[in-house]
Amino acid sequence: MSLTVKIKKRLGRFALDVDFEAGREVLALLGSSGCGKSMTLKCIAGIERPDEGFINLDGRVLFDSEKHINLSPQKRRVGYLFQQYALFPNMTVYDNIAAGVRKESRAGRDEAVRGMIKNMRLEGLEKNRPAQLSGGQQQRAALARILVNEPELLLLDEPFSALDSYLRWQMELEVADTLRAFSGTSVFVSHDRNEVYRLCDSVCILTNGKSEGKAGVRELFAAPRTLSACLMTGCKNFSRLEKLDDTHVRALDWGAVLEVNGVPEGAKYVGVRAHDLHPGPGKNPLECRVRRRADDMFTDIVMLDTPAGGAGWSALRMEAPSGGLSDMSGGMNVTIHIEPDTIMLLI
Amino acid sequence: MDWFPLWNSLRIAGISSVVVFFLGILAAFYIARAPRILKGVLDVILTMPLVLPPTVVGYLILRVLGPRRVIGAWFLTVFGIKLTMNWWSAIFATIVVTFPLMYRTARGAFESFDETLAYSGQTLGLSNSYIFWHIRMPYCRQGIMAGTVLAFARALGEYGATSMVAGYTPGKTATISTTVYQLWRTNDDALAFKWVMVNMAISAVVLLAVNMLEKNNRKRTAIRGGA
Repeated sequence: MSLTVKIKKRLGRFALDVDFEAGREVLALLGSSGCGKSMTLKCIAGIERPDEGFINLDGRVLFDSEKHINLSPQKRRVGYLFQQYALFPNMTVYDNIAAGVRKESRAGRDEAVRGMIKNMRLEGLEKNRPAQLSGGQQQRAALARILVNEPELLLLDEPFSALDSYLRWQMELEVADTLRAFSGTSVFVSHDRNEVYRLCDSVCILTNGKSEGKAGVRELFAAPRTLSACLMTGCKNFSRLEKLDDTHVRALDWGAVLEVNGVPEGAKYVGVRAHDLHPGPGKNPLECRVRRRADDMFTDIVMLDTPAGGAGWSALRMEAPSGGLSDMSGGMNVTIHIEPDTIMLLI
Repeated sequence: MDWFPLWNSLRIAGISSVVVFFLGILAAFYIARAPRILKGVLDVILTMPLVLPPTVVGYLILRVLGPRRVIGAWFLTVFGIKLTMNWWSAIFATIVVTFPLMYRTARGAFESFDETLAYSGQTLGLSNSYIFWHIRMPYCRQGIMAGTVLAFARALGEYGATSMVAGYTPGKTATISTTVYQLWRTNDDALAFKWVMVNMAISAVVLLAVNMLEKNNRKRTAIRGGA
């Protein structure tokens, strides 16, 4: 394992309690805003001091509260890409990148900076100030400055949040290349599940400062184990459950009994993705009433009242590609069904 | 016309601006990150001279540095130096009076500093003193420059505390402001008017310099931004 983090920190009423390990991979810290993702990165980088615990990088102890070790950020060799990139506004692009070079000799510095400018396609912008660069160029300059510093760990804090959607995609591809070329561990903080799905190898979910066990990206999205993980993967429909037998549960919020493929130990919730609700009779039929239809450009979205009502979790959201639900309209009574394979049982 | 008061005023203002520059930045830097209660208390104490009448400041300085007071008496017996009634005694007065101007503007500048710039410098391995002088100070340059110029201009025009601490001795402690008062008191209206014009000319030059500095800054960014 090349990065081990096990830290606790109290901040007023908020308590951070994070515990994960990462090998030579891209690990995502996924969670809604204010869940402690950035604070975790700051603790790893040495900007914030955890109350207790330890941080270990490739056998080097960066922080250990018991042994009273707390390396300064300067000694940690951690590359940190900040949300707004934190380029020094008073320096040119060249000087910004040169600030990250650790080599002593002048010639060595210049060579390293020139090489990185070329790699990051920043030629011709050397004398510009950060404010004169586009968002994408700023991000490339910030990445160049970090990579030329030869870090042993990369921390990326919502790197695309400052970009508009068109640039976002472009930069995502470039960052993906950078991450693939980087030989060490990367920790990628995001609240965007799609980004995480495309860029990362494994995911650690953070909910209100507490981390859940790490899981492979594909695993997590295909079969989330917990309610918060399932929420982060974008699932919209949930209900509390009561176990009836090994293959049947009562979905309390939906007022229906569902046939399932098996009930894992400790399961408390049932979740179904919006596109796994299908109109018409079939397995697990539910008598619903259409509350309203609200179509996206490429998707039909129908909000349904279940037999248990239409408030909170009792409402269901059903989605299908455009045209798929066009015969439904408000006030109609419809029957929908759910395949047992697509029902997620969560703890 | 004896130009001594001009020279004296300039050196007093110059020296006290240099001292206040460092003192103000130091205080601003540490107080900007102090806990809230301590910050509030120190803020009141350090800003006090800005709102007190200069004569009260002068009185307080004399209470401390006067030849029969603790520090003043000690200096007199140990070094044989009287801390008051010299030309440089006025520097004590101008430092105390102009300090809040520097301190407050510098603190405002430091508080608007984007702390992530310092963090990113640290993770890149830059030393804290490098970050302070090459990143934090340039970022806060506008505010710090404004504070320094304000402190210099205020020191140049200081009258109340200066006249109490340094007195008025022609050719020895006379400054422009104390000279103007003395000339007016002795009905030398013509000469008083000359000194008033000199003072106004200096103030105009100082303010013009500030404006030009600001304009240059704006122009430089504008040209680069368009390129």
